[in-house]
Amino acid sequence: MAASTPRTAYWRGFRAALPFTIVVGPFGLLFGVVGTEAGLDVAQVTGFTVLVIAGASQFTALQLMQDNAPTLIVIASALAINLRMAMYSASFAPHLGRAPLWQRALIAYMNVDQTYALSHADYEAAPSQSVAAKAAYFFGASTPIIPVWIGASALGIVVGEAIPPALALDFAVPITFIALITPALRTLAHVGAAVTSIVMAILLGFLPWNLWLLFAGLAAMMVGAEVERRMGARP
Amino acid sequence: MTEIWIIILALGVGTFVIRFSFLGILGNRALPLWLLRHLRYTAVGILPAMVTPLVLWPEATGGQMDPSRIAAASLALAVGLWTKNAIWAIVVGMATLWGIGWLLH
Repeated sequence: MAASTPRTAYWRGFRAALPFTIVVGPFGLLFGVVGTEAGLDVAQVTGFTVLVIAGASQFTALQLMQDNAPTLIVIASALAINLRMAMYSASFAPHLGRAPLWQRALIAYMNVDQTYALSHADYEAAPSQSVAAKAAYFFGASTPIIPVWIGASALGIVVGEAIPPALALDFAVPITFIALITPALRTLAHVGAAVTSIVMAILLGFLPWNLWLLFAGLAAMMVGAEVERRMGARP
Repeated sequence: MTEIWIIILALGVGTFVIRFSFLGILGNRALPLWLLRHLRYTAVGILPAMVTPLVLWPEATGGQMDPSRIAAASLALAVGLWTKNAIWAIVVGMATLWGIGWLLH
């Protein structure tokens, strides 16, 4: 790839991210709808989408709140889902570690699955780009994705009340998660973790305070890591 | 009410700290391999557990098993595995649920 200036890198990231708005948009819309139906007001739904920007953990928090789980369990379970982003952060460090602090803070704030995956692939393909170009690529990728996420959620708040219960939108949440998980099941270790997760959820369902979710997640992570170690191969 | 805001703020701050961790504070330090191995499976380890009771004992049916929801979830899973495309899995899953609901009424 020819040496990229921050400007060309920005637009390259912008164009690469455009198709992903098709995934992010409906997911954000759904959060607006489901959050409103769960009894959250406009400020609270918006607070979630703007401050957290992590759909899966937001839906988890919402679900556990409806189950009347203790506040601490809600926070711990939802944060556990975002732990994978520590890995994103670590893999960005060699590329963006020398960017100005305000840029690194902004990148951290907007480091979601889509912006991470796109940027990481670009850095791997062209590792010799300047730090400024790499940061610009990330901001380019964020430009369509983050506003669409927030805007779609706001739209969901507005249209939510107009959606009839016959559409069974409650079930769009588990369906969406199934759809998001399945493409990630690309190795035996991932499949092992997912199956463990399901079995433990059924076996541990008797535990109070939705603790089964944390324990099932922990057990599944251990199974995934162990299978990977025995297979001796990185996915 | 305030409890919801505590959850929102704690999640916002906590998630930012996770995302900022290595990029901002810990710098270029390499993560131990065993930790990386576990972190790789957080999403795929927790999300199926969360989905399971929603599919098997949905609140909308008072916690009773609902064949149409189980069929919809199974088809979404099959399509997701087959196409590796999240959008198709969602479309087929919801269409199944609506289709069965429409046939039964």
